[in-house]
Amino acid sequence: MSTTTAPVAETRRKKARPHSLDKRQSPLSVALSTVLRLFLALIFGLPLVFMIVSSFKPDLQIFADLGSWNAFLPVGELNVDNYLGVFERVPFATFLMNSVIISVATVGLGLIVNSMAAFALSRMTFKGRKVILGVILATLIVPFETMALPLLWWVNVLPWIDENGLSQGWLDTYAVQIVPFVANAFSIYLFYQYFDSIPKELDEAARVDGAGWFRIYRSVIMPLAGPAIATVAILTFLPAWNSYLWPLMVVQSEELRPAMVGIDYFKQLNVSWGQIMAYASIITVPVLAMFIAFQRAFINSIASSGVKG
Amino acid sequence: MSATAAATTAPAPTSPTARTSSHNVDKRSGSTALLMLLPAGVLMVTFLIIPIGLTFVLAFTNARLISPEPAKFIGVANFVRLFENDTFWKSLINTVVFAVVVVPVQSAVALGLAVLINTKMRGVNFFRTVYFLPVVTSMVVVSMLWMFMYQPNGLINALLAKFGILGPDWLSDPKTALFALIVMSIWQACGFHMVIWLSGLQTIPGELYEAASLDGAGRWQQFAHVTWPGLRQTAIFILITITIAAFSLFTQVNIMTQGGPLDSTSTVVFMAVRTGFQQQQTGYAAAISLVFFVIVLAVSLLQRYLTRDKEAGR
Repeated sequence: MSTTTAPVAETRRKKARPHSLDKRQSPLSVALSTVLRLFLALIFGLPLVFMIVSSFKPDLQIFADLGSWNAFLPVGELNVDNYLGVFERVPFATFLMNSVIISVATVGLGLIVNSMAAFALSRMTFKGRKVILGVILATLIVPFETMALPLLWWVNVLPWIDENGLSQGWLDTYAVQIVPFVANAFSIYLFYQYFDSIPKELDEAARVDGAGWFRIYRSVIMPLAGPAIATVAILTFLPAWNSYLWPLMVVQSEELRPAMVGIDYFKQLNVSWGQIMAYASIITVPVLAMFIAFQRAFINSIASSGVKG
Repeated sequence: MSATAAATTAPAPTSPTARTSSHNVDKRSGSTALLMLLPAGVLMVTFLIIPIGLTFVLAFTNARLISPEPAKFIGVANFVRLFENDTFWKSLINTVVFAVVVVPVQSAVALGLAVLINTKMRGVNFFRTVYFLPVVTSMVVVSMLWMFMYQPNGLINALLAKFGILGPDWLSDPKTALFALIVMSIWQACGFHMVIWLSGLQTIPGELYEAASLDGAGRWQQFAHVTWPGLRQTAIFILITITIAAFSLFTQVNIMTQGGPLDSTSTVVFMAVRTGFQQQQTGYAAAISLVFFVIVLAVSLLQRYLTRDKEAGR
């Protein structure tokens, strides 16, 4: 955990040119590595192409095409029946909406809560700062899976306030899918690292102007923290959107179910693979599109997640 | 820097000592800091620290998820029951086998990918994007997709048939099921670690390579003496993260095999979910979680110790 990366260092590293042995390479080895790259691209890309293409084909044709390249090509009888089937079979719009609500709320609240905590830890002096930071870093090593079952029991006994006053148990709510994931040790750590690289003179100047700490956080530091915000947003959005184990356990009612868990509906009798591929495509394509549009931000967030260690 | 210096040398702001007006901000600093830490603090204590603590408590009780009767302390009965359970040992072995294969293979494949695209050549961005696509695809979707590809009459067997090989029923054969999960898991995740390797590779100054090649070092020698030592920190990070992820194997199992056939793909987390959620035996599931927690902690500490040790001896 000792490495702290200033944004300056980060940009410098990005600019550091990849070592260029290429000019020294023989044409044969260039050709070979290009072939290898293409081959690997097929291995990583084709299954996804297969998924999307199959979602537009009737089941019979999917299986008929398996033996040839047609499996990856939009040929033959193409239609959107599978998609219509998905909407008929499950309340898909509700599932998708739930996924959006849960992910956006988790990311949004997380950005505020974690950046505030990181600001306090990075900018302010108070007793126990080091201890708190240490505890936060120590929890990074605990995988969610180790505490998922005790947490399930715990949220079931936690009090909850609803229209009937105080009640017991958080199961089967939006809150139980959002609130436990808002505070995130890794997000705090990423913000902390970034804030530490912002010169303290800026705070000083703002303080001379009479700004309080909260004002400095809101008007000085956060506006400068764009890259950290993007990183944290991406790194918390993906697990929120993809979360499966937790909603599987805490949600019973259909109207609160997120899209990932909804896929289980299709594993019942008379599997229609075309419909499954359609379902899989609609919950995947928006994220893939977002990734392709904000590629650099995605890659940089993942890369910066590797700075710890 | 005077204000900052004052802030760092000032006595703990919680002390009631009166200050001069120039220290006003510092005086408020303690309470503001507390306020700003409060939301994250309360949430982390409630949903992280307490559940971790509960694991240690519930594991020694007969707590059930939904029960009219309060949980009773039952000593180590859960652990005795667990250690006598064949499914637990099978799950543990499966988890370890999965990790032992996935950790080195996935790291190596990811490193290979990173080296392959760490050039200035045109179009490299395209390849990086494609290799990364499975990472942004959720494991749920990837599991369904591969489940389809692994069908006896699915894509993979159709491909094998082209080479005259009769493919097995991958997911229903105890001999192939875990292997099938390993392959698809590596396929899904190695793009993630490729990016981390890549960022490690790019911190190695180009001059080192130039110097090495002036000294007549071949490609392999350059990799062994320049690249690999330069990737030390990255390697440790990747080792630890892949290990933790591999030990937490659940989603693929739950979607594709339900632990079967014959427990050949059951894992520790899968078993914990099955007992703690489906069978509602929270106490027993907490015991499994605790064993899992201890294993993950031990392995991570061991890895940290081993990697640190070598560094110190250098």
